[in-house]
Amino acid sequence: MSGNELTEVEIIKAASRHLRGSIAEGLVDPLTGAISPPDTQLSKFHGIYQQDDRDIRSERTRQKLEPAYSFMIRARIPGGLLTSAQWLGVDRIATDYANQTVRLTTRQAIQYHGVIKRDLKQTVADINHATLDTIAACGDVNRNVMSPPLPALSVVHRQVQRYAESLSEHLMPKSRAYHEIWLDSKKVESSKDEVEPIYGDTYLPRKFKAAFVVPPQNDVDVYAQDLGFITIVEDSVVVGFNVSVGGGMGMTHGETNTYPRLGDVLGFITPKDILAVAEAIVTTQRDYGDRTNRKHARLKYTIDDRGVEWFRDEVERRSTVKFEEARKFAFVANGDVYGWHKDDVGAWHYGLFVENGRIGDVGERRLLSGLRKIAERYNTEFRLTPNQNLIISKVDEAEKAGISEILSEFGIQNSQRATPLRLNSMACVAFPTCGLAMAESERYLPTLIDKLDAGLKQHGLTDKPITIRMTGCANGCARPYIAEIALVGKGPGRYKVFLGAGFAGERLGAPYLENANEVEVLEALDPLFARFAADRNDAEHFGDFLVRAGIVREVTAGRHIHDS
Amino acid sequence: MSASSADILPLDSEQAISLTNAVHGLSPEQLLWVSGYTAGLAAAGAPAAKAANTDSAAAVSSKRRQEKLTVLYGSQTGNGEDLAISLVRDAVARGFAAQAISLSDYKPTNLKRESLVTFVISTHGEGDPPDDAELFHEFLLSKKAPKLANLQYSVLALGDSSYVNFCQTGREFDSRLNELGASRFEALLECDLDYEDLAAGWRERVVDGLPELLAAGQVSVVPILHAVESTSVFDKSNPFPAEVLVNQKITGGASSKDVRHIELSLEGSGLTYEPGDALAVIADNPPQLVTEFLTELKFKADAPVTIKDVQLNLKDALSSSLEITALNLNFLRAWAETSTDASELQSLLEKGNAAALTDFIDQNQVIDVVRQYPAAVGEQQFVAMLRPLSPRSYSIASSLEANPDEVHLTVAAVRYDAFGRDHWGAASTHLADRITEGDKVSVFVEKNRRFRLPAADVPVVMIGPGTGVAPFRAFVEERVEKNASGDNWLFFGDRNVGSDFLYQLEWQRHLKQGNIKRLDVAFSRDQRKKIYVQDRIRESGAELHRWIERGAAIYVCGDAKQMAPDVHDALIEVLETYGELDHQAAEQKLKELRTAGRYQRDVY
Repeated sequence: MSGNELTEVEIIKAASRHLRGSIAEGLVDPLTGAISPPDTQLSKFHGIYQQDDRDIRSERTRQKLEPAYSFMIRARIPGGLLTSAQWLGVDRIATDYANQTVRLTTRQAIQYHGVIKRDLKQTVADINHATLDTIAACGDVNRNVMSPPLPALSVVHRQVQRYAESLSEHLMPKSRAYHEIWLDSKKVESSKDEVEPIYGDTYLPRKFKAAFVVPPQNDVDVYAQDLGFITIVEDSVVVGFNVSVGGGMGMTHGETNTYPRLGDVLGFITPKDILAVAEAIVTTQRDYGDRTNRKHARLKYTIDDRGVEWFRDEVERRSTVKFEEARKFAFVANGDVYGWHKDDVGAWHYGLFVENGRIGDVGERRLLSGLRKIAERYNTEFRLTPNQNLIISKVDEAEKAGISEILSEFGIQNSQRATPLRLNSMACVAFPTCGLAMAESERYLPTLIDKLDAGLKQHGLTDKPITIRMTGCANGCARPYIAEIALVGKGPGRYKVFLGAGFAGERLGAPYLENANEVEVLEALDPLFARFAADRNDAEHFGDFLVRAGIVREVTAGRHIHDS
Repeated sequence: MSASSADILPLDSEQAISLTNAVHGLSPEQLLWVSGYTAGLAAAGAPAAKAANTDSAAAVSSKRRQEKLTVLYGSQTGNGEDLAISLVRDAVARGFAAQAISLSDYKPTNLKRESLVTFVISTHGEGDPPDDAELFHEFLLSKKAPKLANLQYSVLALGDSSYVNFCQTGREFDSRLNELGASRFEALLECDLDYEDLAAGWRERVVDGLPELLAAGQVSVVPILHAVESTSVFDKSNPFPAEVLVNQKITGGASSKDVRHIELSLEGSGLTYEPGDALAVIADNPPQLVTEFLTELKFKADAPVTIKDVQLNLKDALSSSLEITALNLNFLRAWAETSTDASELQSLLEKGNAAALTDFIDQNQVIDVVRQYPAAVGEQQFVAMLRPLSPRSYSIASSLEANPDEVHLTVAAVRYDAFGRDHWGAASTHLADRITEGDKVSVFVEKNRRFRLPAADVPVVMIGPGTGVAPFRAFVEERVEKNASGDNWLFFGDRNVGSDFLYQLEWQRHLKQGNIKRLDVAFSRDQRKKIYVQDRIRESGAELHRWIERGAAIYVCGDAKQMAPDVHDALIEVLETYGELDHQAAEQKLKELRTAGRYQRDVY
C-alpha cells in the first residue's frame, strides 16, 4: 500500500475538465498513431483503450517506427440486448474499421480491435449511428450493466432488462465531453458549470461493475460484481432483489494484499429502491474508496477495510432505504445454455457457442457472415451472454428452420467439437492487443482444451461439464478465480493454476500450481481427473470434489486465497 | 607560427619572417589552400618570386591578348566541379593562369571579356541544364547573348546515355557559342557516366595546347574549397571495402515498399564526408538476372570475353563489370541493328519520337529488350553493346560528426513485376538482399558541394519525401551535434503513416527535444484524396514565407520527375500568394534564391 499521495490517474481525472483532456487535439496529430499518455487514461471513460500490436512491438522499434498503435473500442450494451438492425450496424463497423471481427465480452458488450487513430472518430460516430454508444464502457465509472439473457423466461427477461437499462442510464457520467469529442456536439460554455451529480469531478477511485441475475442460473457471476442484484421472482413477477456488494476479480501476482473477492449479500430491497440503493453504494465508494493506490481501490477493499456492517449502515443512511432480510435463492451453474429452447410464450431461442467470444470468418466457419445473413433476413433479437456467447432470440416457429439452415450453411451451428469443457470455457483477449497480457489466452486456450479433452475422454469424463477459464494476467477479465480450473498468465507459456472453485461461481479456487507450463498443467490434472472419475459422488462437480477430497483447500474468503 | 618553429625550417630568418607575415591571420581553410598553392608552385618548378610579380611578368612576357584560362562549370553532382578544379590545377602546375568558377557565381555578361574559356557542363533529366547553370544557360541561348568573335572555347559535356537527350546542354553550349562567332580550340567531348578515362585524356590535350593559346608565367587561383578535402586513398578507382554494420528494413510489415537503413563502417579508410554528400556503391548485378541472360541468349557461362583488353568469363562480366539492368540509348541502337525483328525499335529511334523513346527507356530494362526483340548474338558481340557497370550513388543519411567512422544510407529496394517477370534494381537489391551484417561493400565518397548546410544560425526548410529524407537525417544530426541555432523544418511524405514513416521514432524525438521546430507530413494513401508534400507546403504557405523572409534556406531531395517540379511549383505559388508577386516575379525570386544558394536540390 502506498502513502497518502493521490495516484497519477486521480490527478489526470481532476485536470481533465470532465474527461476532455486533450483527446480532440491528439486525434488530429498526424505524427503519431497514439494519443498522449494522460489522454489514454481519459479515453477509457469514452470506451476506448489505446493498444498496440505486441507481436511486432520489438520489430517496430528496430524499424525505427513507433509501435503499431490501434484502439480497442467497447460499446455499452445493457443486458447485451441488440436488435437485428443494431447487429447489422455492429457488423458493418467491424468490416469497415476494425480487424474484421467482433469480440463479445464477458460483460455482454461487444468490442472492436485494431481501429487506427484516424478512423477512431468516424467509428465512434458510426456506433452511435447504429443507436449504440461507448460511454463509460471502460474507466473509473459504472461499466456495462449485466442482465441475464433468460432464453426460457421471456416475461421475467423483459422486466429485469428494463431495470438494468435504467440503472445503466442512471449511473452514466453526465459530462458532454463524449458528444463534443466524438459527435461534434456544440461545446459547453465552460466545463466548470457542468456537474457530475453522482460521480463528482474525479469520478470513482476505480472501475465499478454491476449486474442483475435470475437464479438458479448464475451466468453473470453475480458474486464477481461490485454490485449485484439477485432477482427474486414470484409467479413470473419480479418482487425484489437481494443486494450483493464487494465482489471483484483483479489481483496482482506476488502481492498478497491484493486478491479476488466474492460479494456479500446485504439484504433484500424492492424494485422501487434500485436506483437509490445503487447510487448510495456508488457514492459511498466514491467517498471512501482508496485513491492513493489503484491496486487497493476497488469496493471490495473498502468493504474489507471497514466491514460489511459499516457499509450496510452507510448505504442505508445515504439511501434512506432499510434492507430487509435476504430472501432464499439457490444457484446451480454459472454457464450458458445452448441450442434451441422454447420460452414461456412460445418463441424460440438458439444458444450459439462462440469460442472465446470471437466473431469472424475463419475457414469454413463463417460466423460473421452467417450472423449478418440472419440479421438481414430475420427481425430477431441478438442477446449477448455473460459467457461470451450469443443467443438468437425471439424466433417464430416459422423462422426456425430458415435460421437453422443458415447456421449450417455457414458452418456455425454448435458442433461435436463443442465438448462440455469447451462450452464452459472462457478466455480473455490477451496477446497481441492487450497491453497487460503476460501470457497467451484467447489464442491458446482452444488447443489446451483439445489436450484436456483427450485426457477427460480417457477417464470417461467426456460428458461431465467442468468450468475452465484462462486469462493473460492476474486482472481477471474472464473471471478465472471462480472457474473450477483457472489458468492465470504469469509469463510466456506459464500460468498460475487455481483449482476447486464452485461450479455455480459461489466459491473461489485455491492456488495449486505456481508457475506451470503446458506439460506441467497436463501432468498435474491427469491424476486429478482419474481420482474424480473413480471417487466422485453422483452429480458432484469437479471443484467440489477436489475440496471434499482435500486435494485443495476451501477458500472461504478472498483475503484468504493466498494462505498456505 | 612561432620563431622557434622557424629555427627548424629550411628557410633563412628573413624568409621565415616574410612567410610568417604572409600567412598571418589566415583561417585554417585558407592555410590549407596556401599549402596546395605552394605545392603547385613547387611542381611547376617556378620560384615564388616569379609568381609574386605576376602583373609585370604578364605585361612583359605576353604579347597575346589571352591572359588566362577560365574554366566555367555547372553540374548537379560534384563531378563537374572536380573536373574543373583538376584542369585548373594541371594548368597552374604548368605555370599558366587559370581559374575555375561555378556558373552560378559567374556574371553572364562577362563572357564577352573572356578570350579563353573551357566549359564543363552536365545535362539532367530530359535535357535540362543543372540548377547552378540555369540562369547562364537561359542568357546564352537568348537574344541578349553578345557576339563572341574573340572567344576561343571548348566544351566538355557530362551526361547519361540512358537518356534520350544525352549531353543536351553541352551540345547547346557548343553550337550556340559557335553561332555567336566564338571558335573551338578543342572539339566538343561528350562523356557518359564512365567519364574518367575520357576526361583525363581531354585534360591532357587541353593543357598540352595551352602554350599555343596562352602566355605562360601567370598563376591564378583555384576557388577556395568549401572544406578540407578527404585525404583518403580510396576513391572511384580504388573503392573502400566497407563492412556492413546494420542492414535493417525500416518499412513496416504492411508496407508496399522495402526500404533499408544500412550502416557501413569507414574505420581505417580515412574517408570523410559532409552532410549532403553521396556514397557511391559498387554492387554486383542480381544473380537471377545474370542467369536469365545466359538462358535467354543461350550463352555459355564460361565463354571468354574481352572488356577493355581484359579477358574474363561471361558470367563474371555480366555479374560484376557490365550494366545489365538500366537501359541506355546506345544499347538500344546496337540491338535494333542486330535484331531481325526490330522494326518497332527502329521506328522508335527515328527522329521526332523522343518522348516515346524516353518512356520506353524508362519502362524497360535490358532484359526486356532482349526478350521482346530476339536476335542472334555472340557473347563478345553482346558484351560490346553493354556499357560498364556504373556505381550507384545514395545521399548519405548520417552525420560523420554524430557517427564517427560510420556512414548510413537509406535504400529503397527496387523490385517490381513487369511483362510478367520479376525485375530488380542492381545496387538496391544487392544492399537489401545479398549482403548481411559483416559483409563488405565497395564504396567511395562523392562530394556534393551543391547541397550544403548554410551557416549555423540560418533557418533550414527540408523537403524530403520517401528516401529523399536521407540527407535531412544527416542535416539534423549535424546541426544537433554542432549546436546550430538555426530552426529546422522538415516536410516528409510517403504512402502510409503506419508503415512508411521513415525514421519516425527519430523525428518524434528530434521534435520533442526541439531539434526540429516543425514537422509536416503527407501520406498519400491514408485517405481517399492523395496528399503530397507540395500540398502541405501550400497549406503552410504563410509560415513558410515568413521563414523565407527570415533568410531560410530551402532544400529538396528525392524524385526528380514528379516531386521536384511539383514542389517547385508550390514554392512559386507560396511566393506569389504571400510575397504578393506575380507569377513571373515569383519565378524570378525563386531563381535568385537558387543563385544565392538558398534553394538547393538533390534530385534523381
